[in-house]
Amino acid sequence: MYGFEALTFNIHGGYLEAIVRGHRGGLLTAVDYNNLCQCETLDDIKMHLSATEYGPYLQNEPSPLRTTTIVEKCTQKLVDEYKHMLAQATEPLSTFLEYITYGHMIDNIVLIVTGTLHERDVHELLEKCHPLGMFESIATLAVAQNMRELYRLVLIDTPLAPYFSECITSEDLDEMNIEIMRNTLYKAYLEDFYKFCKKLGGATSEIMCDLLAFEADRRAVNITINSIGTELTRDDRRKLFSSFGQLYPYGHEELAVCEDFDQVRGVMEKYPTYQSIFAKLSYGESQMLDKAFYEDEVKRLCLAFEQQFHYAVFFSYVRLREQEIRNLMWISECVAQNQKSRIHDGIVFIF
Amino acid sequence: MAIRLGDPDGPAMDLFRSEEMTLVQLIIPVESAHETITNLGDLGLLQFKDLNADKSPFQRTYAHQVKRCAEMARKLRFFKDQMEKAGISAAARSTVQKDMELDELEVKLGDLETELLEINSSSDRLLRSYSELLEFQLVLKKAGIFFSHGRSHASTYQRELEDPSSFSKDIPMDIPLLLEQEMQTDISKQARLGFITGLIPKTKVTLFERTLFRATRGNLFFKQALVEEPVLDPATTEKVDKLVFVVFFSGERARMKVMKICEAFGANKYPFPEEVSQQAQMINEVSERVAELKATIDAGNRHRDSMLSMISHQFEHWNLMVRKQKAVYHTLNMLNIDVTRKCLVAEGWCPVSAKLQIQDALHQAAFDSNSQVATIFQVLHTKESPPTYFKTNKFTGAYQEIVDAYGIAKYQEANPGVFTIITFPFLFAVMFGDWGHGICLLVAVLWLIFNEKKYGSQKLGDIMGMAFSGRYVILLMAIFSIYTGLIYNEFFSRSFPIFGSSAYQCSDSSCSQSSTTGLIKTQSSPYWFGVDPVWHGSSTELPFLNSMKMKMSILLGVAQMNLGIALSYFNAKFFANELDVWYQFIPQVIFLNALFGYLSLLIIIKWCTGARADLYHVMIYMFLSPTADLGENQLFWGQKYFQILLLLAALVAVPWMLLPKPLILRKRQHEKLQGRMYGILGSSDSESVDQDHGIDPDHEEFDFGEVLVHQMIHTIEFVLGAVSNTASYLRLWALSLAHSELSAVFYDKVLLLALGYNNIVITIIGFVVFANATIGVLLCMETLSAFLHALRLHWVEFQGKFYQGDGYKFKPFSFSSIAKDED
Repeated sequence: MYGFEALTFNIHGGYLEAIVRGHRGGLLTAVDYNNLCQCETLDDIKMHLSATEYGPYLQNEPSPLRTTTIVEKCTQKLVDEYKHMLAQATEPLSTFLEYITYGHMIDNIVLIVTGTLHERDVHELLEKCHPLGMFESIATLAVAQNMRELYRLVLIDTPLAPYFSECITSEDLDEMNIEIMRNTLYKAYLEDFYKFCKKLGGATSEIMCDLLAFEADRRAVNITINSIGTELTRDDRRKLFSSFGQLYPYGHEELAVCEDFDQVRGVMEKYPTYQSIFAKLSYGESQMLDKAFYEDEVKRLCLAFEQQFHYAVFFSYVRLREQEIRNLMWISECVAQNQKSRIHDGIVFIF
Repeated sequence: MAIRLGDPDGPAMDLFRSEEMTLVQLIIPVESAHETITNLGDLGLLQFKDLNADKSPFQRTYAHQVKRCAEMARKLRFFKDQMEKAGISAAARSTVQKDMELDELEVKLGDLETELLEINSSSDRLLRSYSELLEFQLVLKKAGIFFSHGRSHASTYQRELEDPSSFSKDIPMDIPLLLEQEMQTDISKQARLGFITGLIPKTKVTLFERTLFRATRGNLFFKQALVEEPVLDPATTEKVDKLVFVVFFSGERARMKVMKICEAFGANKYPFPEEVSQQAQMINEVSERVAELKATIDAGNRHRDSMLSMISHQFEHWNLMVRKQKAVYHTLNMLNIDVTRKCLVAEGWCPVSAKLQIQDALHQAAFDSNSQVATIFQVLHTKESPPTYFKTNKFTGAYQEIVDAYGIAKYQEANPGVFTIITFPFLFAVMFGDWGHGICLLVAVLWLIFNEKKYGSQKLGDIMGMAFSGRYVILLMAIFSIYTGLIYNEFFSRSFPIFGSSAYQCSDSSCSQSSTTGLIKTQSSPYWFGVDPVWHGSSTELPFLNSMKMKMSILLGVAQMNLGIALSYFNAKFFANELDVWYQFIPQVIFLNALFGYLSLLIIIKWCTGARADLYHVMIYMFLSPTADLGENQLFWGQKYFQILLLLAALVAVPWMLLPKPLILRKRQHEKLQGRMYGILGSSDSESVDQDHGIDPDHEEFDFGEVLVHQMIHTIEFVLGAVSNTASYLRLWALSLAHSELSAVFYDKVLLLALGYNNIVITIIGFVVFANATIGVLLCMETLSAFLHALRLHWVEFQGKFYQGDGYKFKPFSFSSIAKDED
């Protein structure tokens, strides 16, 4: 019932919304980041984090810390919170929460398949997988030789199965195929999620569709930039773009024919939303694009908390927490490798 | 007494006014800093101020030491974890050892941890191979059953094939087809058929089977058997429910796939010999090795246990020591380090009375650490509001908690805790008046108090802990409810003529039934203590008791509210605030007493004279038509004029409360501004600077509107509050009524009803129900509800009249409090 969420939302969603808003209060602030940036060793970081909500997770780690440990423990906190929320959720929120993890699932599948291609140990690969994107038979992925087998053996049991319909071929797996598979899956996933959010209606669809459209556009730009100079044909490139978002459909046509970064910029600057992002970058510079996109995304995610009675807060929270973990990883790496001068390049401040 | 309370120079009021505090500065030489802080921590009378609030934790001077302590604490947690796993509990009081240095302890803990880790890793390794062997054993056993089973079936089948006469319908349907095929073809095609045996967790088996089926396109035979007991998993060394499986497949490619899938699902594969003789040999070998390993593991465990029990003796001691050290370094981090790095500067609050003790501790520390320079101790003067510190003991502590739960008293304001000690249990008892219940409560609380030492040292549950910490409150509550119970003459809702016989007696034999019409007063003096037992059970019992309790509630309420207002006078006197005395205290007293003080007076007159005046009528018409004739409701001569006078006084009191105070404040402000103008012109520079510093912080901005609105709110609150608070005290009557009615119901409808059957079983059941209802409803729930209502009467009706409650508590740096808060 659009506009009347306030009437009924709290029956099922009130508790979890309160929980997620509470969690959001625990996100690190600019003051925390400033303090973290002044750390000299990883132990200093641990000490500072022990005063935050990460405290209990890092408390029992023996002293020579590694970056991976910090990241792992911080992720563990997010996973615990997510699992708690999922356990408490009722339909349709539980489906919504599950949708959030599909992106990680796709990444994990690609990770394992690529790893197996390079004959890496499965258990080693499993440790690198994002815990939010785990499913039971994930280790079996290593058995598959081609897409068809991949689908028939493993993925048919996962929620990703419907997304696979577009990329079942008997071709053997190679890097290019896998990358195409990733993007096809992602496209299907985003479109499905978009449809699902539309169906939910109300403020959820309003905010989520906006966030997903941004995500889709960002992927379109990234696909374009990454495929410049590869053997991917224009048509194939065009096929990987999700069929919604601000760039759809005319922007996609233009992106499909771009041959260098400045052409991409030319396309994107026609859209006011993206103009501000590209305005920050100097010509010919594409490295900082990711950060610029992240910054814009964080801004949007934070805005989602301004409205009440909708599910986008859950999506936003998970994304913000992930951004925070990326920040922590960057800070820890910089500290560990004595690159403190570069520390500010990678941090996206959340508040 | 009253005058002395308000006198700031009077004797020390331990509980009425909070301890006099002073801000002190310590300049501590670096070499004796640690010793000094330790001594102060033992003393526990100084609250340090954080002078490095702007620095993050790792930028502070002693961050490294704090980290070391945290690391040691982590090691101790590791030991504790290990001890819990091994089922060894830390000795409550560890054997007192010689005092160890922190460095020494750090080394020792580090050694112990590496040793323990080594033991653990080797025992883990052993355990892994042990559990692998166990699994292998299981596979040999279970898979052996499959094979022998399959073989016997196959042979019978074959026999049946050979013997067509015996070919009957009762061929068992579960003959494994593939196995049969294998048995038939094993001579010619043995190379192409293979099998894998192993164990897999029960939860994964369906998915495993499905994946295998898909991977081999159905060309496989899967057989499984549940292992009855959970098996130790070699990878995680946890107990898991597992299944033994055998997969048959054909072809080398399928073998590769099956192997990979097994690996992916974490299924442990074990080789299974096909020959029966080989199997038997293998089983023997494996069980031998299992026994061997078991002995080794046991020896390792014994070694570990002995080490852990050695740790457990020391554990509490070490734990406390590390916590103390950490606290000391945290405190040191709050101090300002001098530029020369020769001394530390500390600031903190301490009670004035404790100055000598602190100085002694400082001297002792300087002496112990052989410092050449003693710590400098000086008093600072500040405008900051000091913390509130009440010296409580175990008796008064709980009552002070009741007050603190509402708000910590402002520095040196009148503490309602003093009065709460008596008024709180008393108001509780007014609602809980039954001396039978009071005795039950008293017995329970005396049990707690006599076992104080035992309970105090151990950890109690939530509810039990609450009851224990409030034991002295409950003690007085119980004693007072025995007292009020005697006044109400109720013992489990029964009444007894304990204090002589009733003043009334029946005039004839027909009046024994519940009515007082046939009663005549036989004695000239009334029943001399409490309610006459004759009221009990009579038809006028309720009207009589209600009227009495209602009036009593109002009397108690007006008395307590007047006490509250009186305390506001002492506060105003103490803080030398003349305005509050003249324009707040006096009109408040007039307003409250003109209305409800007068009502109380009427109640007392009515009780004394036994007049039949209707007090509702008097009060209502006092407002509606003050000049009308009182008629039969007149209680004393000149009542009408007296009432008009009171009404006028109350009416005058309202604007008196509202207007003068803000106006006078404004006038003073104007004068001050003008005075300062002259002052700056006339006086020297230094004086004007002083004045700026002295006055400005007090009256930074004077906003007349704000002050007026504040005063208005205050006035409205008081005027409306006078009515609603008085009405609020009627809860005393309501709860006491509810209590006595409930207990009467339980007594009459349960116990008497059950006794009426003259059946021993029913009597017992009835008594059990009665006892449970009495304990559960009357003793627990009613206690809680009466407690809550008494709490509200104190917080809102009493403290609302004078209590600011915006102070902050004195939290000295003290080791004893560290030892108490176990995590």
